[in-house]
Amino acid sequence: MIDRQPIDTYARQISDEKQTSVITGSTASTDKRFNALFTDYADPDSLRKLAAKIKDHTLHHLDTYLEQAEASLQRNGVTVHFADSGDDARETVLNILRGHEVTQLTKSKSMASEEIHLNPYLIENGIEVLESDLGEFIIQLDGDEPSHIVRPIIHKNRREIARTFQREGIAEDYNDDPGTITRRARVHLREKYMLAQAVITGGNFISAESGRLVLVTNEGNTRFGMAPSKVHIALVGIEKLVPTDRDLGVFLNLLGRSATGQQLTVYTEFISGPKDDSQPSGPEHMHVVFMNHGRTDVLDSNCREILRCIRCSACQNVCPVYRQASGHAYRSPYGGPIGAVLSPLLFGDRFPELADLPKASSLCGACNEVCPVDIPIPDLLLRLRDKAKRAHIPQPGDLPMTPFATLATSPSLWRTAMTMSKAMNHLPIQVAPVRPLQDWLGQRTLPDWHGGDFRKWLKARKEK
Amino acid sequence: MSRDTIFQKIRSALEPIKEKAAHPGFEEAMLISPVRTAGSPVEAFSRNFTTVNGRVMSTLEEVIDLLRAQNHQVGYCDPSLMETLGRPLADAGFEVRTEYCRENYDDYDFGITRATGGIAETGSIILDDAHTSDRLAALSPWVHIAVLSRAAIHPSVPAAIAHLGSSRNIIWVTGPSKTADVEGILIEGVHGPGEQIAFLVD
Ligand code: SF4
Repeated sequence: MIDRQPIDTYARQISDEKQTSVITGSTASTDKRFNALFTDYADPDSLRKLAAKIKDHTLHHLDTYLEQAEASLQRNGVTVHFADSGDDARETVLNILRGHEVTQLTKSKSMASEEIHLNPYLIENGIEVLESDLGEFIIQLDGDEPSHIVRPIIHKNRREIARTFQREGIAEDYNDDPGTITRRARVHLREKYMLAQAVITGGNFISAESGRLVLVTNEGNTRFGMAPSKVHIALVGIEKLVPTDRDLGVFLNLLGRSATGQQLTVYTEFISGPKDDSQPSGPEHMHVVFMNHGRTDVLDSNCREILRCIRCSACQNVCPVYRQASGHAYRSPYGGPIGAVLSPLLFGDRFPELADLPKASSLCGACNEVCPVDIPIPDLLLRLRDKAKRAHIPQPGDLPMTPFATLATSPSLWRTAMTMSKAMNHLPIQVAPVRPLQDWLGQRTLPDWHGGDFRKWLKARKEK
Repeated sequence: MSRDTIFQKIRSALEPIKEKAAHPGFEEAMLISPVRTAGSPVEAFSRNFTTVNGRVMSTLEEVIDLLRAQNHQVGYCDPSLMETLGRPLADAGFEVRTEYCRENYDDYDFGITRATGGIAETGSIILDDAHTSDRLAALSPWVHIAVLSRAAIHPSVPAAIAHLGSSRNIIWVTGPSKTADVEGILIEGVHGPGEQIAFLVD
């Protein structure tokens, strides 16, 4: 029996309710994106192409720009760290926290930290971690995993959230009005923010020229978390650089519009160092941890274009496979087309296990069309499929081609098979030897099989 | 040493790339949306700020009406803005404090601080730490009133970037704090202000 691909299995397991949440959410985001870009610009495509070129340039000179960024940050009073592996990154963060005697912190949404499972590690080591983004906070309460890059709880509906709040004592009664849910979170979270000694953030961009770290959020959680904190740690992938401040304009114009259809995300923060004398408040210590965690392997592959990604989630929202399967089906923090390419590459040791992801695509090309940095995702998916083939990684769902080849090369066998196949009209679908075929047949009625009729017709045909 | 390892890995990954992409260069005009910047910077700012659910005001009466309608009483005012708004509001019966006390962050219904600039194209206000008396005063109250000089409004995002300045912390605020985490429904006032006001002065 040929089994389903893991992603299909996931897709079949999610409830109708969850699937509706995901489909409605992602469709709405796709529409907003389109409206924002096409109302504002006559030729938004030229912007995407420009952004792609700037990113390629940066990646092709990554050593130079990383060195420059390091120097700029140090000049601004930031302590710069480098972490090659996930383990290195986790230890580095923990050591910084221990150095400042931090026992309690807030964290704002960061994909880099999700990659290396930073939260559980810090908690095991006795540090109290509070996710400050509303969605991530709910994920934390539920012990769940985010299923979308920008909207981590796209798979949850208001009733589930209301039950969580009641269960966790954040609310005394059950109330599933989204406004009330948000208000309750506001009261609960700000009290906690004020107790934090440190804040951990990611970074959307770093300008190598000025060392400005750019953070974007809609809720204002990062800024709130930063208010009482003495220490700010930014965990940033080494590919997040742009050459100059001027280049930031290109990416800021594209990020909000592509992600949520906003011209700019509500809070766009430029941080270039710890508090100086001119400032009344702000963290006194700032650390930037540049994390590799597989990125140089991607740079060394024929899929390096994926490092242009600015994590906007537009490809995820538009993807028909993601909409059906939801983010968890991709078994990594990155769901949808970006995950299908990035995860098998980034988590190199898990390649065999994730090698089915590049196949979970109909190559319709929508992901490339919406990508603000013009990543040729379908091409990269094909390259990865090829890589899996070369590595001889057997895949559930791979059709055995040998029997077909034998049939197709022997006319007499073919004839017999065609006639015999008429029996298929009367067989139950369960006997189909391939699970995906069973699934497919389960939802469709095929016309009756007429195997061999063409040959009969051809023979009987009179020459004109 | 992670640092050396990373640089080594980058260099060996880049080595086989024969044609390294050059920086494409670009004209700023390419980034600017003609629709959003139409009209004078003040007009464009007002239009775009309103689109993101901010409120543009220029008279004391408008501020008083809103605060009364929403039943707000206690607020903070940057001492240097007392003449502009603080004292007149106090005269109208509001309690206006010139010190923001972090322990009592929940006391304040409104906060009045200075915006160092604005961006017409996106309807954003710019807060620069060096000129904001307390970051939290612009964040914790339900209503944030940013006093913004009309002349400080930059026409576009590229123009605002060109004038970022040297402060260690600069933030562009484009509308009230918001989330769409719960079923994609837009809710304002998540952690920051639910009402964002730009009070324009000359
Ligand atoms: S691959 Fe492109 S569309 Fe997808 S998240 Fe990254 S930048 Fe956005």
